[in-house]
Amino acid sequence: MRRYAADVAVLARKDLTLELRARDTLPAMLLFVVSTLVVFHFALPKHSSDLAAKGLLWVAIVFTALVGLTRAFVAEREQRLIDGLLLAPCDRSAIWLAKSASVLAFLGIAELVALPAYAAFFSAIGWSTVVAVLLADIGIVAVGTLLAAVAAVSRTRELLLPLLFLPLAIPVVVGGVGASVVDDPGRYLAFLCLYDAVFAIISWASFEYVVTE
Amino acid sequence: MTALAVLTTALLTASVALIFFYAPVDADGLNQKIFYFHVPIALTSYACFGWGALKAFVHLWKRREGADLESYVAIHQGVIFGALTLLTGSIWAKVRWGHWWTWGDEQLVLFLVLFLFYCAYFMLRFSVEPGPRRARLSAVYALFGVALIPVSFLAIRLANDFIHPTVFTRHGAQMTHTMFAAFCVSWAALLALAHVMYRVELLGKRIDANLRDLRESLTAA
Repeated sequence: MRRYAADVAVLARKDLTLELRARDTLPAMLLFVVSTLVVFHFALPKHSSDLAAKGLLWVAIVFTALVGLTRAFVAEREQRLIDGLLLAPCDRSAIWLAKSASVLAFLGIAELVALPAYAAFFSAIGWSTVVAVLLADIGIVAVGTLLAAVAAVSRTRELLLPLLFLPLAIPVVVGGVGASVVDDPGRYLAFLCLYDAVFAIISWASFEYVVTE
Repeated sequence: MTALAVLTTALLTASVALIFFYAPVDADGLNQKIFYFHVPIALTSYACFGWGALKAFVHLWKRREGADLESYVAIHQGVIFGALTLLTGSIWAKVRWGHWWTWGDEQLVLFLVLFLFYCAYFMLRFSVEPGPRRARLSAVYALFGVALIPVSFLAIRLANDFIHPTVFTRHGAQMTHTMFAAFCVSWAALLALAHVMYRVELLGKRIDANLRDLRESLTAA
């Protein structure tokens, strides 16, 4: 167990170091999420309700996550890094967990910018939205990382990921928007927890089948 | 197989006869008859998706080669019946509520999500080189599908609270015995139809694969 955690930590540190050196994913996500919010400002007519803007916040989060996920396995694919990872004496699921952790970190940082920007551009955000965002992030990166690995071996790559991912992201959007707009968000937060648990377990268990040649 | 096809034809004829001549016309009028097609088609589609996921599981667990093709064909049939569900559901919504699409009908919305999901399954399959890897990727994605069905169902239930407060009830009254009988025969007929189509497609795909192997070995020789 301790060995597994150490493997995950090493692999995640590798991803974060790579990003620190190359700096191509995180700035892209930050710029994307702010641009999206500006586009949404112009997409909403003058007297539309705050509730509509809350819904769009979730669109921004899902698409920003997609931007990060699209880049998740680029080094593995282009520099054949994946061969080295598969030869490493660690459990294959540790690769998934580490990659999810690093994408989660990028998404979290992007949201640290996005949520205050949203509050400044549109309306204030309650604690339930923040909790929902945190819970939704886990589900999004769990499913998204596995699907990014699937898309990385296909011919169409970047094109395929959104197609695979968006139908699976619909429940997350339902839970997130629900928790942001109703007075009693308990049920929606519980639903997000359920989603996280179900899909994290499936992704964790099935990652090995995706990366094996 | 021929016997099965004959049985299916007989069942389909019987179900159409029962639906139009035996089951009573309820308060909704004639358009309620589409219920005997719409709901069994939807249930048959679930059965196909479930069967496809089961075969995907068998493929991953027991590493049985042939299970991949069986899973694919089952999901293909599921998508065909899913498209029919959307079509019949739209027709019903138009007649009953005056709109081609209604977000209030949970079953219909769920099928839209599943339809998108399984269309992506085909995109995935056609953009990976055929081989054991494609089989594994497809199997993993198919397994995601069975988890998505209950989770989406719950999500759509929850979404109705803040998107569409009115919940349409499918029947004003409970089904009578005659209606239930017609419904069951219709469902049996459609399940048999799905089974026959599954067998025919599987046979065709296997013949294709055998032909390809034969041709390859001939050119090699």
